[in-house]
Amino acid sequence: MSAAAAGRASATNPAPPWGKFAVRTAAWTYLVVLLVIPLLVILQDGLRQGLDAFLRAVFRPQAFAALWLTVWTAVVMTAINTVMGTLTAYVLVRYEYPGKGLLNAIIDLPLAIPSMVTGVMLVILYGPQQALGSWLERSLGLRLIFAPPGIILALLFLTYPFVVRTLQPVLMDLDRAPEDAAATLGAGSWTIFRKVTLPALALPLVSGSLLSFSRGIGEFGAIVIVAGNIPFYSQTAAVYVLGEVESENRLGASAISIVMIAAAMGLMLLATWIQRRAARTRHP
Amino acid sequence: MRAQDRFSNPWPRRMLITLVMGYAAALILAPLAALFAGAFREGVAATAAALASPEVMAAFRLTLQITLVVAAIHSVFGTLVAWVMVRHRFPGKKLLNGLIDLPFAVSPVVVGYTLLLLFGRNGLLATLVDALNVRVAFAVPGMILATLFVTLPFMIRELIPVLEAFGEQQEQAAATLGASAWQIFWRVTLPALRWGFFYGLTLTFARALGEFGAVLIIGGGVQGRTETATLLIYHALDERQYTRAYSAALVLGLVSLALVLGMNMLRKRR
Repeated sequence: MSAAAAGRASATNPAPPWGKFAVRTAAWTYLVVLLVIPLLVILQDGLRQGLDAFLRAVFRPQAFAALWLTVWTAVVMTAINTVMGTLTAYVLVRYEYPGKGLLNAIIDLPLAIPSMVTGVMLVILYGPQQALGSWLERSLGLRLIFAPPGIILALLFLTYPFVVRTLQPVLMDLDRAPEDAAATLGAGSWTIFRKVTLPALALPLVSGSLLSFSRGIGEFGAIVIVAGNIPFYSQTAAVYVLGEVESENRLGASAISIVMIAAAMGLMLLATWIQRRAARTRHP
Repeated sequence: MRAQDRFSNPWPRRMLITLVMGYAAALILAPLAALFAGAFREGVAATAAALASPEVMAAFRLTLQITLVVAAIHSVFGTLVAWVMVRHRFPGKKLLNGLIDLPFAVSPVVVGYTLLLLFGRNGLLATLVDALNVRVAFAVPGMILATLFVTLPFMIRELIPVLEAFGEQQEQAAATLGASAWQIFWRVTLPALRWGFFYGLTLTFARALGEFGAVLIIGGGVQGRTETATLLIYHALDERQYTRAYSAALVLGLVSLALVLGMNMLRKRR
C-alpha cells in the first residue's frame, strides 16, 4: 500500500476504536476515582446507622445552630451582594468616569486571593485589638471579628464578583430602545431602571445570587479565621464539621457534610439551569 | 447623547458611582491595605526575619511541592478529559460535564473529611494502603489528593472552549497527510491549545497554593511534616505570632494575585 493510500485509510478511520475507548475510559476513571467515590463514601457513612440516626445528628442543637447560622449569614450576604452587585454592574456598563478601569480590576481580586488570606486581612483590619476594630466596638457597639457580622463581611468579600460578572455581559447586550422609549414618554431614571431594565436582568440576577449563596454555605477558610469556632454563636456548618472530625464523632461530621453537599449541589444545578434558560431567552 | 442622559439630573449618577467606588474600596482595598500594614508592623527587618525562619521556608516549600505535583497531574488528565468531552460522543456525556463542576460546590472541609473516611484509621481503603505501605492520611499523598479534588475544574474548563473553537479541520488535514493519531495530537492540537493550557495551569496553581480546609483535615498540619503555608498561617495566628502570620499571608496573597492578574493582563493583550 502506498503512503497516500495509507493516509486516506487513516483519514476515513482516524483512530482505531480501542484507542478512543482507552482514552475515554481513562477520563471517566479519573473523574470517578477523584470525585464520585469520595462523595459516595460520605453518603454511605452518614446513612449507615439509618435515617433516624442521621436526622438526630442533623437536629442536634449544636449542629442545627451551626446550620442555621450558615443559612442566615449567607442569606444576609446574598441580599447585600445582589443589590451592590447590580449597582456595580450597572455603573461599570452604563457610565464613563475616571477610575472605571481600576474598579473593574478590583472586582476580580477576591477570585485571586486565597480565602483564608482574606480572613487574615479582615482580622487585621477589624480585630478587637486593632484601631478600627476597637473603635467600632466602643462607639457603635459593633463587634465584627469572632462574631456573625464578620462572617457576613468575609462572605461579601469572597462573592463580590459573582453577581457583577453574571450581570455585566447581559447588561452590555441589552437593547436600550425600550429604555429610550420610556425616557421619551417621561419616565424618570429610577422608574426606567425598576420597570424596564431590572425585569430584563431578572434571570441572570437570580442565578448570580444563587451562585454566591451556594459559595457562601461551603466557605471554611475565611470564616474559621474571622469568626473562630464558638458553638451556638459563631460556629458555621463547615467549622462544625471540623470540630466533629477532631472529636472523632463520625456520624455528626458525615450527616452535616451530606446536608452541605446536597444544598450546594442543588443550588448550583438550579443556578446553571436558570442561566441556560436566560441565555436561551436572550439568543433564541 | 442618549435621550435619557440629556434630560436627567447628573446627581443620581454621581451618587451611584461614588457609592459603588466606596463600597469596592471599603470591602476589598481596605483589607488588602491592612494586610500590608500588618505584615510590616514591626518593620521590614522583622518581616524578612519572620519569612526566613526555617519553619516558614519549610511550609512554603511543601506548598510548592504539592502544587507542582497537582499541576502536573491535572496537565495530563485535565487535557485528556477536555479532549474526550469535546471530541467524543457517548452516552453519559452530560453527566460527566456536570461532574466536572462538582468541586466548586463541595466545601473543602467535606473534601478533606471524605478522604479521611477513605484512608484514615479504619478507613475503607486503609487496608489496601497499608498493604502497599504508603501513608495517605496525615501525610503528603493525602494532601495532594485533596488539592487535586478542589482544583479539578480549572484546567478542563479552560481547555474545553479552546478545543471547541479550534475545530477538527486541521486535525483532519493532518490525518489526510498520513499523520498518526498521536502525531496529530502532539504536532497539531497541542500547539493550538497552548494558551488555554497555560491559563488553566495558572488558575490551578493559584488555587492549589491557597488550599486550606481540605489539607487541614487530611494532613493534620504537623509542623515540619504536613504544614503547608496556609496551615502555618493558621497556627501562627493561634500562637499569637502575628508578624509571622501576616507576613506569610502577604506573600501567599501576593503570589496568587500576581499569577491571576498577570494571566488576565496577558489574556487581554492577546
